[in-house]
Amino acid sequence: MNSKVKLDDLNVHFGGTHAVKGVTIDFPANSVTAIIGPSGCGKSTVLRAINRMHDMTPGARVSGRILLDETDIYGRGVDPVAIRRRIGMVFQKPNPFPAMSIHDNVIAGYKLNGRMRRDEADEIVETSLQRVALWDEVKDRLKSNAMELSGGQQQRLCIARTIAVRPDVILMDEPASALDPISTLKIEELIEELKERYTIIIVTHNMQQAARVSDVTAFFYLGELIECDVTKKIFTTPDRKQTEDYITGRFG
Amino acid sequence: MSDVTASHRWKIEKGLSGDFIFKAVTVLFAFSILVILMLMLYEMVSQSLPSLRKFGGHFITGMEWDAVQENFGALPFIYGSVVSSILALLLATPLAVGTALFITEIAPRRLGGFAASLVELLAAIPSVIYGLWGILIMTPWLQQTVQPLLQKYLGFLPFFDGPAYGVSMLAGVLILMIMVVPIITSITKEVLMAVPRSQREAAIALGATRWEMIRMAVLPYGKSGILGAVILGLGRAIGETMAVTMVIGNNPQISLSLFSPAYTMPSVIANEFAEASSPLHSAALMNIGLLLLVITLIINALARLLLWSMSRGAARGTKL
Amino acid sequence: MNVMTSIDRSAAEQRNTMRSLPLRNTKNTIMTLLMGGALLAVLFPLGLIFVHIVKMGLSAISLDFFLHIPRPTGEVGGGMANGMVGSMVLIAMASLMGIPVGIFGAIYLSEYGGSRISTVIRFCADVLSGIPSIITGMVVYSMLVVPMKGFSALAGAFALALIMIPIVLRTTEEQLKMVPTSLREASLALGVPLWRTTLKVTLRSALTGVMTGILLAIARIAGETAPLLFTALGNQFWSSKLTQPIAALPLQIFSFAIAPYDDWHRLAWAGALVLVVTMFALSLTARYFGRSGHKN
Repeated sequence: MNSKVKLDDLNVHFGGTHAVKGVTIDFPANSVTAIIGPSGCGKSTVLRAINRMHDMTPGARVSGRILLDETDIYGRGVDPVAIRRRIGMVFQKPNPFPAMSIHDNVIAGYKLNGRMRRDEADEIVETSLQRVALWDEVKDRLKSNAMELSGGQQQRLCIARTIAVRPDVILMDEPASALDPISTLKIEELIEELKERYTIIIVTHNMQQAARVSDVTAFFYLGELIECDVTKKIFTTPDRKQTEDYITGRFG
Repeated sequence: MSDVTASHRWKIEKGLSGDFIFKAVTVLFAFSILVILMLMLYEMVSQSLPSLRKFGGHFITGMEWDAVQENFGALPFIYGSVVSSILALLLATPLAVGTALFITEIAPRRLGGFAASLVELLAAIPSVIYGLWGILIMTPWLQQTVQPLLQKYLGFLPFFDGPAYGVSMLAGVLILMIMVVPIITSITKEVLMAVPRSQREAAIALGATRWEMIRMAVLPYGKSGILGAVILGLGRAIGETMAVTMVIGNNPQISLSLFSPAYTMPSVIANEFAEASSPLHSAALMNIGLLLLVITLIINALARLLLWSMSRGAARGTKL
Repeated sequence: MNVMTSIDRSAAEQRNTMRSLPLRNTKNTIMTLLMGGALLAVLFPLGLIFVHIVKMGLSAISLDFFLHIPRPTGEVGGGMANGMVGSMVLIAMASLMGIPVGIFGAIYLSEYGGSRISTVIRFCADVLSGIPSIITGMVVYSMLVVPMKGFSALAGAFALALIMIPIVLRTTEEQLKMVPTSLREASLALGVPLWRTTLKVTLRSALTGVMTGILLAIARIAGETAPLLFTALGNQFWSSKLTQPIAALPLQIFSFAIAPYDDWHRLAWAGALVLVVTMFALSLTARYFGRSGHKN
């Protein structure tokens, strides 16, 4: 498997806390990698490092290398804004822009960066919404406020908004944890489809979900990468005792 | 649209950074606050220098204010400012705290909200309008009704001695009281509203009456915040210019009687600064301004620290 | 503390407290009445002022008041048209100078600033807003009026801007802080630069609250008199240049109120009515914005 994103000895500090410790890992292209582990194990921190979200956190320090294709995204002269256009992110709680319509939310990545042509916008809105299977539900009310949608629809809208700017990689931070089971199922189906075009890295606290949607699973504990392998192997015959304890529910 | 090629439309190298320029502008403007404050201090000190050099510490103790002889002492103004503000505060504080308590603890929510917004609106009335009312309505009333009565029954006291002009220390005190009450009330109200409900409920659950709850739970908790509100009111009163200038009589004398005209620091600046007769005269007025600035800086710093400590405590209280 | 110790009281003492209940209730009633009385004592003079302004103002106001400038001493009639226009000019110029500084300064405090330096700036802003406005007037006098060799509208507006800045800064900062981080992150994750995110997402979401702060700041400077005494100075006539002294409504109310002519007093009342109505309108609009902002 050729890798899309590579972490090389990644360390993240917050003030005096060493949150992520020397993580080295490859994320294969066009597949889904799940990051699992007990809460506080640094899994979200790793994810947020991949599109330089920690740049905004005062006191956060990131060291080591993260390669997107062959570019070190923390290298000199690299614009974090450009990185975030190639590495999109979907958050735990759906966060559509409350002052915008459904239509405008989808093209928010363009609108906020300036103006765009009307016909081009309409085309992007339709394709993106179709890709997240939301088009049929909302095509008659594109102008209404995004907050009127249900939680699951909002989250799919957020995914549509992310893929509208045509990223290579999509990071998902527990994207279904705030949703009901039916919406969760829809998101999981969507992830399955999206991996044809995108490299997906998903953080989840739900092991069944990791087993269902991912090709590769990485287990983190106390800021360290314990084990990373094909999902099936992790959930059946893991190499490490800690992994086995965690997936069998003996701790965490 | 093909995603594979599309993604390479974005260039990864840093371009001209809008972020850098934007941040620079915000830094510049945020630090302008510090610059303004420094500049104010610097200007006031440097413009006061001729007076500081000539009079030094005697400026504060000097009783004479003579523009012709160029002999300047600020004591009557300091006396007028301090006495009028403190008396106004003494009258205003119980009223303001009582009102704030009534609004937050006793009145039904609707009524409390209504009273609070009235007080809020009144805090917004400009000083010059209080002055207008003071000089055209209040001082004639004082002269014709209040002062004769006080003189008749309490005239043996030195405080109510002398002829009734209307414009007087008494008028200054009353107008200041009316003006600072809304300010102290609205800040005290905020402070009281920050007292956690659990504090009140604990007292009520132990069988306290409403007043006992206020005395045992609400007031002790809000103590430093209320003190901050009162000190902030003091700062306002000392710096208040227009209304006081219009009613206090503007006569630089030190008299025990509330009936005699007096003069305050801001008032003498307002009346004389634009037409100062000599460079030393302006410097002396600047010197009064400097004194006023230093006093209000100290008062405000103290008040803010008290209010901040209160809000930080309250934030901790709700988290626990 | 007192509450806690009451738990340890013995049964006998508790019976004792029960017995004194009527006394405690009486005390409670008295204090309640005193607090209600305080409210009335506060509202009474303030209500009186309001009634006087409306009564005297309405009897003095006329169309002439809005159309004419003051007549020379001794002549009846005239208005404060130049004062009202002058005030508007001063407020507009002060807003142009003060609002951007306040808003961008607030953006620094809420979006960029390290906690220590932000606290210092915040503290200085609070202290600055407590400095008597007459001092601001003196400082601007020696900074602008003396070098420019004359009182001017420009100097007056600058003094008002200095008063506005800390108010706008603090209210805007409070509003920006209430915008959830998740919205900022949503925008950043789409590859929108921080500055665009701040302007188009963060500030945009806080807009109603920011408007409230701006309106309150305008209401505050609209009535300021002291800082204009040695800067804008006032003007009996129309002024045509920003480098000339300019009339302002509060200044006119002041000089007419202390003049010994009844007719001028009438004009001062009319001016006061106009000023108070304007300020109340501003406050109410600000409140309206504030309320609709909280709903979102």
